[in-house]
Amino acid sequence: MDLNLFVWRQKRPDEKGAMERYEAEDISPDMSFLEMLDVVNEELIKRGMEPIAFDHDCREGICGMCSQVINGIPHGPREKTTACQLHMRNFKDGDTIYIEPFRAKAFPVIKDLIIDRSALDRIIQAGGYISAHTGGVPDANTILIPKEDADTAMDAAECIGCGACVAACPNGSAMLFTAAKVSHLAVLPQGKIEAARRVCVMTEAMLKEGFGNCGNHYECQAACPKGIKVKFIAKLNREYIKAQIGIK
Amino acid sequence: MLDGKCPSGPIHEKWDRRKQELKLVSPANKRRYKIIVVGTGLAGASAAATLGELGCNVEAFCYQDSPRRGHSIAAQGGINAAKNYPNDGDSIFRLFYDTVKGGDFRAREANVYRLAMISNSIIDQCVAQGVPFARDYAGYLDNRSFGGAQVSRTFYARGQTGQQLLLGAYAALMRQVRAGSVKLYPRTEMLDLVIVDGEAKGITVRDLVSGDIKCHAADAVCLCTGGYTNVFYLSTNAMGSNVTAVYRAYKKGAFFANPCFTQIHPTCIPVSGEHQSKLTLMSESLRNDGRVWVPKNKGDERPPSEIAEPERDYYLERKYPAFGNLAPRDIASRAAKEVCDEGRGVGPGGYGVYLDFEDAIKRLGENTIRERYGNLFEMYERITGEDAYKQPMRIYPAPHYAMGGLWVDYNLQSNIQGLFVLGEANFSDHGANRLGASALMQGLADGYFIISYTIADYLALTKPGSVNTGHAEFRRSIEDVNASIKKLLSINGRRTVNEFHRKLGRIMWEYVGMSRNEDGLKKALAVIPELRAEFWENVTVTGSGEELNQELEKAGRVADFLEFAELMARDAFYRNESCGGHFRVEHQMPDGEAKRDDEDFCYVAAWEFKGINKEPELHKEPLSFEDVKPAVRSYK
Repeated sequence: MDLNLFVWRQKRPDEKGAMERYEAEDISPDMSFLEMLDVVNEELIKRGMEPIAFDHDCREGICGMCSQVINGIPHGPREKTTACQLHMRNFKDGDTIYIEPFRAKAFPVIKDLIIDRSALDRIIQAGGYISAHTGGVPDANTILIPKEDADTAMDAAECIGCGACVAACPNGSAMLFTAAKVSHLAVLPQGKIEAARRVCVMTEAMLKEGFGNCGNHYECQAACPKGIKVKFIAKLNREYIKAQIGIK
Repeated sequence: MLDGKCPSGPIHEKWDRRKQELKLVSPANKRRYKIIVVGTGLAGASAAATLGELGCNVEAFCYQDSPRRGHSIAAQGGINAAKNYPNDGDSIFRLFYDTVKGGDFRAREANVYRLAMISNSIIDQCVAQGVPFARDYAGYLDNRSFGGAQVSRTFYARGQTGQQLLLGAYAALMRQVRAGSVKLYPRTEMLDLVIVDGEAKGITVRDLVSGDIKCHAADAVCLCTGGYTNVFYLSTNAMGSNVTAVYRAYKKGAFFANPCFTQIHPTCIPVSGEHQSKLTLMSESLRNDGRVWVPKNKGDERPPSEIAEPERDYYLERKYPAFGNLAPRDIASRAAKEVCDEGRGVGPGGYGVYLDFEDAIKRLGENTIRERYGNLFEMYERITGEDAYKQPMRIYPAPHYAMGGLWVDYNLQSNIQGLFVLGEANFSDHGANRLGASALMQGLADGYFIISYTIADYLALTKPGSVNTGHAEFRRSIEDVNASIKKLLSINGRRTVNEFHRKLGRIMWEYVGMSRNEDGLKKALAVIPELRAEFWENVTVTGSGEELNQELEKAGRVADFLEFAELMARDAFYRNESCGGHFRVEHQMPDGEAKRDDEDFCYVAAWEFKGINKEPELHKEPLSFEDVKPAVRSYK
């Protein structure tokens, strides 16, 4: 199939960018979206033009590196699917596709579709961990964890840190990302001890990075490639209130 | 003759003995030492976090935008440990035995035993960090079985075990960044190792955003940079996975061990066309419930549902009744290639076999299968557009893991003092074939539980901060790196970097792939240098060096693959035997199994760089087996 692409091109962080038009010809429905971009780039290079810069790595939907807004939706039209796992059979011959970087105040554009997401790392640095030193820990079966709790923790822990939730949010909030980590650790007995401090410092770090507040739009859940639920935001809020009033 | 410097004594006492012998650095002195860790996958993140916790100053580098994205994140199935929770006869010795046998007696016994010993501590550590492993209804940890083992010793977190373990190590690392003991350098690629007076004292890196070339000096360097199977172009590795860091260390004198030992994983989604940029693995755990088959008749193009039971060949169950669909990876991969070469392959192009869940769904119900493998079935559907609950998956082998890597001694130190190599980047534990769920185990064993002890022994004899980046070797390194970047940008040829990489991949898959022979390897040794010469005359790299330039990054990596490929082919040529993943068609049993030659090849082949277009020098580390008697590896 042949496609009409409008792609965000921006040479440097401080330069103004613009949408530019490209044609993608002879695209196979079995290609992934990024393989389609590879084909466009090969063509550009052969014509001596600069290829489109975009982040990608594992190409199997788990590293969280790809960060494109496709036709207005982070990671594109297919739900629970990263851009690298989106295949061209989801498009039709002659389609026009708009490709932009994830946009948020806290995610400055570095080049073309590549953004700086280090703010998410800094939220984790603030306290998104259990302070367990290497060695000196009890046998793994000493503390039993009910299956439902382990499953809930895993539901939250599946977050790949791509930032689609931020890009989808009208407020540019990182609540779903932060809530996923807070919830993952707060439901586990090992993580409960630091839960109150964790939720406070992580929330504070999130606001300091320039992410907005949650306005209950739920766009984050719709955009999340791993299907992380907004119920974890409710969990974060509960943990936060508990911490503020000193309930253990 | 190379010496692995293993401790003496009975195998189960070796590691404890070594720990007693190793020198310590006092807590007050630790902060005077600086350690560079390159790569932040399981090995790198766990090493950087642990060394930081102990008080060293650590600088951690990765080419991704965040240390959470190392390719360990993509490991699906699980991590082995000898806990024997299921009470099914497992033990440290059995895990050790299975790993040595699985590696076809080409690994160092003492290293493997230590790995099996440490395996249990890893599970404890990860649980303490909050890794949400699967549990049963009583709250205990759950296990499943994996290829090459007859016990259930694999711990898992749905189909994302690697992700959860890496996020655990990443969290520990982030904690140290917060504490100030680790400084992070994301989007930074190592392009050279700096050696001063014979010892590794720093690295030269490129900032991938600004293009700046800079040096970092340290008291020791740890390379945790993963494997090199992207030499095949198509592999299950991430697009950015590369050989550059270890290859450039090799060019500075580090020995490269067993480069021809690469693993072809049996359960990947088949290639769909020329545009293919990578191959996607479907976890080996699927073989617990899926049955592998092809039609008995050649060229049978009927849909699978129309092929009746007697017309199907469940070839793994037929050939290996004791292990069945759980035969080790190298054996399962070759068996798939064999039936496809016979013309019995399925799907477009005929390079695929079925992995069928019909019986398991009948036996356990669709819900159980969905619970166990739901995310894998979804991933399969996204890529192929097919529903594996209704029709069998199609799978085919793909390059997946590098057992070979930089040579290290028992202390994980290379032949260059001060250079330590961890995880997939070293060669030490998996011999000629790695068993499933053992890579995660090794990465974390090296990073959490070995390096902190062994590196101290080196540091104790080193004056902290003895070298800084003002040294002439650092200036020279910067000049060399700048010169090679300038050269790449000035060729202005007519072919893209990807075209060269694809072509190299085809050569490697054809001649240095799943089965190898003398003529093919000679051919590879002839055509790889030709392709390399053409690359340096005709490649085109757009843009400049002073900006974010992904073509330039790729070009540097492919340039190294073009040299490394020759080393790999040479090693495969010299290893005139079959063992594990290295299958020389000249050496097989009457039934087609790999035929080892313990008389002549029971050694580690460690290669020393002697110049481009010059033959490297072979050093041998003899392997002796005291606790597991080398035998014909049988899974029948």
